[in-house]
Amino acid sequence: MSVPVPLAPPRRLVEVTVDGRPVRVPEGSTILDACRALAIDTPTLCYAPNLTPVNACRVCVVEITGARTLVPACSRPVEAGMEIATDTERVRHSRRLVMELLGSSVDLSLAGEDWERWTRAYGADPERFGARMDPLPAGERDRRRAGHHHEPEDPTVAESVAQPVTIDNELYVRDYARCVLCYRCVEACGEDAQHTFAIAVAGRGFDARISTEFAVPLDESACVYCGNCIGVCPTGALMAKREHDLRREGSWDESRQRITTTICPYCGVGCELEVHVQDDEIVKVTSPADHDITRGHLCIKGRFGFAYVGRRDERSASRRDRADPAP
Amino acid sequence: MELHLSDAAASPEERAALDELLGPAVPPALPDARVRFLEGRVARGGHELASRRTLLLPALHALQSRVGWISEGGLNEVCARLDVPPAEAYGVASFYALFRLEPSPPTVVHVCDDLACRLRGARELVEALEAEAPEDADAGGWTWVRSPCLGMCDQAPAFLAQRAGRPDVSLGGASLAAIRAAVAPEATVTCAGAVSAPQAWDPAARSGLRLLRRVGRVDPTSLDDYRAHGGYEALRRAIELGPAGVIREVTDAKLLGRGGAAFPTGVKWRAVAEQPVRPHYVIANADESEPGTFKDRLLMELDPFALVESLTIAGFATGAERGFIYIRGEYPLATERLELAIEQARRRGFLGPDVMGENFAFDIELRRGAGAYVCGEETALFESIEGKRGEPRNKPPFPVTHGLFGRPTVINNVETLVNVPLVLELGGPGYAAIGTEGSTGPRLFCLSGHVERPGVYEVEHGARLGDLLDLAGGVAGGRRLQAVLLGGAAGGFVRPDELDLPLSFEGARAAGATLGSGVVLVIDETADLGDLCLRIARFFRDESCGQCVPCRVGTVRQEEALLRLVRGRTLGTRADEHARLDELARVMRDASICGLGQAAAQAIGSAVAKFDAFDRTGGSA
Repeated sequence: MSVPVPLAPPRRLVEVTVDGRPVRVPEGSTILDACRALAIDTPTLCYAPNLTPVNACRVCVVEITGARTLVPACSRPVEAGMEIATDTERVRHSRRLVMELLGSSVDLSLAGEDWERWTRAYGADPERFGARMDPLPAGERDRRRAGHHHEPEDPTVAESVAQPVTIDNELYVRDYARCVLCYRCVEACGEDAQHTFAIAVAGRGFDARISTEFAVPLDESACVYCGNCIGVCPTGALMAKREHDLRREGSWDESRQRITTTICPYCGVGCELEVHVQDDEIVKVTSPADHDITRGHLCIKGRFGFAYVGRRDERSASRRDRADPAP
Repeated sequence: MELHLSDAAASPEERAALDELLGPAVPPALPDARVRFLEGRVARGGHELASRRTLLLPALHALQSRVGWISEGGLNEVCARLDVPPAEAYGVASFYALFRLEPSPPTVVHVCDDLACRLRGARELVEALEAEAPEDADAGGWTWVRSPCLGMCDQAPAFLAQRAGRPDVSLGGASLAAIRAAVAPEATVTCAGAVSAPQAWDPAARSGLRLLRRVGRVDPTSLDDYRAHGGYEALRRAIELGPAGVIREVTDAKLLGRGGAAFPTGVKWRAVAEQPVRPHYVIANADESEPGTFKDRLLMELDPFALVESLTIAGFATGAERGFIYIRGEYPLATERLELAIEQARRRGFLGPDVMGENFAFDIELRRGAGAYVCGEETALFESIEGKRGEPRNKPPFPVTHGLFGRPTVINNVETLVNVPLVLELGGPGYAAIGTEGSTGPRLFCLSGHVERPGVYEVEHGARLGDLLDLAGGVAGGRRLQAVLLGGAAGGFVRPDELDLPLSFEGARAAGATLGSGVVLVIDETADLGDLCLRIARFFRDESCGQCVPCRVGTVRQEEALLRLVRGRTLGTRADEHARLDELARVMRDASICGLGQAAAQAIGSAVAKFDAFDRTGGSA
């Protein structure tokens, strides 16, 4: 009985070569799609499958025959006959330098295993640009004006985005010392998911940063605490407060966590949840980026409204109390 | 989307400034039951409101110029009127160097300490100012900050005074006294507008001028005088030829873009004219911000109608009914002259629904930038007009198919456009006979620095660099030439033994140089090349939009490495530092999104390669 329903017209296939190997991918695919079709390990950072590519980090660049500069694999659509090279000296150089430039200015210790593997594979050594600068006082970067930086006092330390963690609400923290300015949170908050537009990129150049208007605390902004910015952050700059607290006390341990897939109990939309449980306690809720309904995005209830689960015993106790006011 | 605005309200003054630009605020509809039911469920205004986003930059300008800064209340009012989320509006406002987002003294003086001004005493001026009051501190109703090139290099050193409630002034011959005079509350200074075109003032040299033929002779405030000097004959000729005929002439003329990229103008125009998608747009890129460049300013201040007519021809040829002139925010006099020219042309039927009674519509909107070099990059310029941060787009798609508002767009530099009337006057082949095979037509160069007679000079493509220096009287004071910076901060340094270099696209390319935007910055033996390179590094670090990693972080690391070399505090050996600089240059050139990052190491690299600049100034590590 089940007949597949075509959701889109069939797409023509386009043939390109990647590192000399021919591959056919649907028209409109990106170079990254073609690389992945050939299982070529391509580093990415700002790219996310559920967001519009902004090609800002440039770690996925490849060389195209006939092009003056390298091009970003994540956003550039393939064209018939394109000759793509992913492993030339030029490509490796740019990828390594991007990793080093980021590593020298941003804390990437929570950027994940893939990132660690890539930086090893490309031999990236961020330290050679000098030790990362000490954190600036809170708010200092928010006050910087476009086009007016001051000459660094000590050029042997690498200027960085290091700064204290911003904690201005109960649900999540913003640790901008880890921010690579991938634009993912801005996209998730805005046109790609939530349409809330509580945050945007402010400032310019190295002083560009993610900010609310006039850097007001989140609870004075348009933020609705959907947490979709956290869901897409690749470096742990945005993090649920619970996870942040557990990490700070040293008890966050992903090896002890179980992930259970379920459906959100709140409304009829049917969002799929991945409930992360550590020591019989829910510590985090996510949704898979490839899920039809959520595309990885949730609302405040689905993402944060799980505290009641752990209180089941208290609640049934209180119900019993109500049913039987004695003794 | 529902706007979430804080309680901060605009002052009556701020509201008046916005009323002037946007018209009076429309009071909210009466809260009847139906409206209450819809509250928060529908977006009112639809496309019409969405189209107001493009007024964001003009609205921010209105606030800044009326009250001297952009307050939370003022920004809220802008957001409410234009339906822009406050975080995004803040992101846009904080992108531009001419906007201030904290209470500010009513007058802000931007003191140019960029390349040309540096060679003419800007550093000493900045030191003298420091002694008076620290940078960015309130000096009693005014403050000062250092600034990138203001495009006043012929009158260096220069400064720009932003004055709340009064017109901005941009002045050359900067000194403590001149600055004090401009910031005084009762000051009556206005822009002098004495941009130099020594050839145009010289009766003997004047007759050979083509692009500058009207400069100094025509009254830039009078349409009648412009017409008396041959104005609007080219548009008449264009109408006779028809759109396809105009494009044919421009193609035959082999006119190449003068903004730096040297793209064939005819190819660009044809590509847009052939696009079935409507509307089409034409844009004059007057965001002339390359350090050392002031030729477009001269054209706009002294022959503004020529740009208006040229852009009209571009619109006619490519089927656009709307044109924009995007002029840099630091050009108050050119802005004023263009406003006046557009207004007169509109009143006299040279712009509007029926241009010259010839049954085609075309009008021009003037947009001011607000202090961002990167907005001269064509796609960043689109973003800026659209009311977004001036961040360049990834190409492809190219502007001829996806330009302003996603529509087919012709964007040309001012100088490129004002060549078009000349093309129509001489005919394509006639124009192509001027200059060289690969670089047709006349060309404007901006001579500044240690040169006897700084100013804008017109020569035919193919002239020798040495001849151009001779035209300008050679090195000032008869001192020895050390170097020429050709093409600007995104260009490269040239040695004194390279003065035979032919000033053509192919000649420059063969010498490993670029004409860029026509900058010829003359540097004598007394100057410190290392210091100039550091200023260039600072410039790119300040002007990077921050979008892509190679440029955002690379420009910071480049400045740090140069400082280490200068201060003799290298990480490893000096050779290690130079290797690192090379590596940075490669990643910026190969992997940056736009031309800014791609060129950010070019001039510095040429100073190292040709002059060994950083071993000379740095001492040993």
